[in-house]
Amino acid sequence: MAKYLLLKHYRGAPDAVNNVPMDQWTPQEIEDHVQYMNDFAARLETTGEYVDSQALSPEGTFARYDGEGRPPVTDGPFAETKDLIAGWMVIDVDTYERALELAGELSAAPGAGGNPIHEWLELRPFLSAPPTVTE
Amino acid sequence: MDELLLRELTPAVIGVLARRGVDFATAEDAVQEALIQATETWPDQQPADPKGWLVTVAWRKFLDAHRSDASRRDREQRVAVEPPPGPTEAADDTLQLFFLCAHPSLSPASAVALTLRAVGGLTTRQIAQAYLVPDATMAQRISRAKRTVRDVRFSEPGDLATVLRVLYLIFNEGYTGDVDLAAEAIRLTRQLASMTDDPDDTETAGLLALMLLHHARRPARTRRDGSLVPLAEQDRSRWNTSLIAEGVAVLQTALARDRLGEFQAQAAIAALHADAPRAEETDWPQIVGWYDELLRLTESPVVALNRAVAIGEADGPAAGLAALAKVDPGVPRHTAASAYLHEKAGDIATAARLYADAARCAPNLAERHHLTRQAARISQALRG
Repeated sequence: MAKYLLLKHYRGAPDAVNNVPMDQWTPQEIEDHVQYMNDFAARLETTGEYVDSQALSPEGTFARYDGEGRPPVTDGPFAETKDLIAGWMVIDVDTYERALELAGELSAAPGAGGNPIHEWLELRPFLSAPPTVTE
Repeated sequence: MDELLLRELTPAVIGVLARRGVDFATAEDAVQEALIQATETWPDQQPADPKGWLVTVAWRKFLDAHRSDASRRDREQRVAVEPPPGPTEAADDTLQLFFLCAHPSLSPASAVALTLRAVGGLTTRQIAQAYLVPDATMAQRISRAKRTVRDVRFSEPGDLATVLRVLYLIFNEGYTGDVDLAAEAIRLTRQLASMTDDPDDTETAGLLALMLLHHARRPARTRRDGSLVPLAEQDRSRWNTSLIAEGVAVLQTALARDRLGEFQAQAAIAALHADAPRAEETDWPQIVGWYDELLRLTESPVVALNRAVAIGEADGPAAGLAALAKVDPGVPRHTAASAYLHEKAGDIATAARLYADAARCAPNLAERHHLTRQAARISQALRG
């Protein structure tokens, strides 16, 4: 089994097919979208493939060390051109093909008009633990 | 209370219920409940006959869950027909459980989870933690695995090779969390080795030897900060000499029966490393010979890669690079091996570049750090 990260972007991914922003959907469409995501996670739990999922606030900042005795420097809010992660799901699957299949399913979450968004999701493999047998 | 005793008894108790006609999934559930009760009551008073206690309680849990008259009549008939299991039957039951949990219809991950649960006696939580997934996910994985093998007859003969692959997987994943998976794999392989009496089987012993020889090196394999120490740099005084002695003895007995298999060949290579008091004294030509055997047995490109590195040690880096040129460049660690051989051949500028490339596509952090350090070391030498 291998772990993968599915990353959802507020911005920075190529445009989705059904690209209407969420604040222009109907309340029911928003609810259906959230329900789809929850159902997806629940389904993955029953297949033994679910590890974690988190949603992130769109607010945040960049932070860095500014020298001894000085507080960290921040640089925010995020520029409109910056890539911005909305959240993630971690899955544990047998094959890359399965990870791809699940990314496709999650990408089909409904948006405006109840139609699938075809959202671009970023799929990243975890680095694994080192094997015991090395020669 | 002896947790290890509970784990050791788990497969035997499942086996008793299975012989009484209880389907595997139900038997496993009933035994799990009995184990939970044992952890609650045994600390105060451990029974004189622990196995008998578990069988009685598991049987009662099963009856409580399946109280219909029709099934009771069926059960009573089946119990009347089955003779009580003697010690040899108990060993056969555990062997059957090994086969069932490694059934070819299961994915490797499912077989691993089911084996650790039903044969290893680990709790769902322990297995979940070992593989870094939530408890609920692992519980589902195990349930699904049990459903997958639902129609497999308990007494169906199985292929030992499938069991060995599962045990090797458990060993190779290493050790995370409270349960030492490598030690558990060794315990289960020892158990399997003591039960199989197939005269044609030498690979179970081969696998056990391989595990013992690799496990012997573990004290030298990680630094205090968790980073990995390559074989050539390990402090060999930290290797466990009694595990090495046992591994070598098990291997020699297997090899004497003249039915070579891939685990024996891998173990032979490990034994040659274990035999060298210092890395410089390693018998590389013999190791190359064993890689030739291993390649003949497996035709694996990974073996071909490791063989090329061994040829580099035995016959010099130019020979190693020539051998490497014939290996599929897509094999993991190909670039790292090339970097290593280029440095030995004196082409350090190329080695530095290759180490940096290899670090970028390293499959795990420990290797990435190691390769990055090599690239940095050489770059510094080039600058200096």
